[in-house]
Formats: sequence, C-alpha cells, structure tokens
Amino acid sequence: MVPEGAVLEARAINAWRGERHILRDVSFTVHAGEFLKVTGPNGVGKTTLLRVVCGLLPAESGEVHWCGRPVRGASDEFHAQLGYLGHPNSLKADLTARENLRFLAGLRQALSDKEIDAALDRCGILSRGDLPSRSLSAGQKRRLALARLLLAEASLWVLDEPVTNLDTAGITLVEELIQEHVQRGGLALAAAHQRLLDHSPNLRRLEMR
Amino acid sequence: MRRAAVSAAARLVFTRDLTLAWRRWDEVAQPLIFYVVVTTLFPLATTPDLTELRKIAGGVLWVAALLSSLLALESLFRSDVEDGTMEQWVLSGQPLGWLLLAKVACHWVLTGLPLVVISPIIGTALGLPFDAWGTLIVSLLLGTATLSVLGGIGAALTVGVRRGSVLLSLLVLPLAMPLLIFGSRAVTMAMDGDSPAGPLQLLAAIFFLVLSLGPLAMSAAIRISVES
Repeated sequence: MVPEGAVLEARAINAWRGERHILRDVSFTVHAGEFLKVTGPNGVGKTTLLRVVCGLLPAESGEVHWCGRPVRGASDEFHAQLGYLGHPNSLKADLTARENLRFLAGLRQALSDKEIDAALDRCGILSRGDLPSRSLSAGQKRRLALARLLLAEASLWVLDEPVTNLDTAGITLVEELIQEHVQRGGLALAAAHQRLLDHSPNLRRLEMR
Repeated sequence: MRRAAVSAAARLVFTRDLTLAWRRWDEVAQPLIFYVVVTTLFPLATTPDLTELRKIAGGVLWVAALLSSLLALESLFRSDVEDGTMEQWVLSGQPLGWLLLAKVACHWVLTGLPLVVISPIIGTALGLPFDAWGTLIVSLLLGTATLSVLGGIGAALTVGVRRGSVLLSLLVLPLAMPLLIFGSRAVTMAMDGDSPAGPLQLLAAIFFLVLSLGPLAMSAAIRISVES
C-alpha cells in the first residue's frame, strides 16, 4: 500500500503565526521506512510545521513534496495517503467509540465491523467500544484517536504529541505502532517532547530552536 | 486500496448528523418551536379576523420561516471545527464540498423540512385558502433549501470568528431578501387566484444557482477557518 520509493520532502519552509516568523527555512526529508522525530521547546513551531506539511496551514514560502511531486494542487491524492493525529482527538462526545470510528475513518475507506473491532483491540479499548466517547478517560480518548489512525491505512503518519495523556503502557503502544508502521515501509513524522522511540535504528531527529 | 466512494462518504456524514440529532433532539426542535410560536403570536397581536389575517398570511409565514432557519445555522459547523473533526474531513482525501453539502442537506431535513410540513396547518389558521397550499409548500421547499445552503456558506465563513452569529445574520439576510420577496409574492398571487409560476421559477433558479456554487464556497471558507 505504500507507494514504491515514497519520500516526503520539505524544502525551505517559512511560515508566520501572526507577527512571529516561526518557521525559518525548515527543510527535511523522510524516506520510506523512516521515523522523523521533531523535538524542541514549547512554542517553537512543531505543531505549525506539522500543519504546514499536512496542508492545514499555508506556508509563506517553500514547498512540500510527496514522492517528488509538489503537494499543492494534488492535495486530495496526498491526503488519501496521509494519516494525521492532531492535538484534538476529533471525537464526537455523543457517539460511541465504534460509531466515531465508523463515521470518521469510514470516510476514507469502507470498513467492516471486524476491522473496527481489531483496531479497538489493538489499542486496548475493545471493551469500551459501545460507550459514548464522553464517558472515556482522556487516555482512552487518545487511544481511540490512535485506532482511527490505524484504520486510515495511510503511508505517511503525521503525529502531533501522540503520547499526550497516555500511561506507560500507552506510550509503549504508540512506540510499537510506529515501529510496525515504519517496518512495513511507512513513513512517520512526529512532534514529541517526551521519550519516544529514542533507541530505534530508524529514528532521525529534527531539533527545532 | 479500498477507497470509499464519494457517495458513501457523503452518506456517512448524513447518517452521522442524523444520529447526533437523534441524541440531541431538543436543539433540533428549536427552530420548529420558534416557527410555531411566532406565527401563532401574530393573530394575538393584530386581529383574529380571518379576512384581515389573510392579507398578511403569506408574508408572516415567510418571515417566520426565514428567521427560524437562521436560528439553527450559527452552530452548523462550530462543533465540528472545535473538536477537530473538520480537520480530519479536510484531510480525508474526499472532496470537502460534497461532505459539507451532505451535512447541509441533513441540516435541511432536520430543520427546514419540518417547517414546510407544518406550514399548511399554520397557514390555514391564518386564513390561507386550500388552493394556495401547493404554492406555499413548493415555495417554502425551494426557499428553505436555498437558505440552508446560503446559511451554510455564511456559517463556514464565520465559524472561525468570535461572536460570529451577528456577522452571520448580516451576511445571510441581505442575500435572503430575494427569497423572501419572491416567496411571499408567490403565495399572495396564488391566494388571489393568479398563476404563481413566475416567482416560483425565479425561486427555483436561485436554488440551483446556490446549490451549484455553494459547495465550492463552503469548502473554500472552511479551509480558511481550519487554518486559524
């Protein structure tokens, strides 16, 4: 499912947030099978960078290339390959965990109940499947968002602080998921200030200052 | 890859909003209650005399329908933008315009259609003759549907703005004026025994114009709102 020789490339990205020039000539490349961890103190622009890469924020200058082609203009094809986990979990409080997955992950591809159960099980919240997501704890909501990411079957994962609110077992789960994804030939890009896959051979770092 | 078809994705959005509305029915019922209350207040405030009421019936029904449609619009996209669902829609790889149109269609079924269904009964209470029922229903069908799409554009533009509801009314009401004029004119003409075809055709023309351009405008506006 990952296209042959998939590569994500950011070329000299500049972006402003209000009056602040927050990203200055940021460039990086992520190849298939690699995990790029973006680190840096709060407010340095990690989220901004990830949102620019996804196309949720416009860059002042610079371009994002996916498989050698600029993302701008072919965004639907790029987005079909992209799984994004942002700060908000994108859940509807009134819907059950299963419904949340069916209605959101189902937009990308047809899902069977079995696949939804498998994703819930992988993220350790299968027993909470029929509870409205308002009654889940903060960590369980994050796990549900991770289940959605799994169901997206994307080649490129863009994760913004994926381990927020998670317990130690949850952090290990995220590390395993990223490892598996990368070993399948996927690409991953994550902003994190916590410990996350620090000793993985596939890890590369982008330190922002 | 088992990419979901656009129609399947739009259907999911529609079903999701129906499910959510079912669990929050009090919010959905609000425009309908407003419509019934406003139209029944008119005879109390003016006169119970049916020949007098008949003169203003078309106008009253249309003004009330317009205002109650506006009432529900402000929150149309707000919760989806705030909880991050909209980001995921933008990134779903599906054409955003179709998803938003499905959402607006569901909104119309929940808030516009009930007004249309109940209006002949309220019309009768205001002295509307049976002959004008058809015109009233057709004009309100076209009018509320157009308003839902117009309001969708306005809601998409103002969703990122604090206190956007004031702005929304200012944006949408001027655009809704032609609907009000042609809609109430059609009803009045039908009551007078004239053919209401002219204003109805104009309403239909406006509906198709708004329907064809609406999804483009909504998706552009939502993309801007999600950027902030």
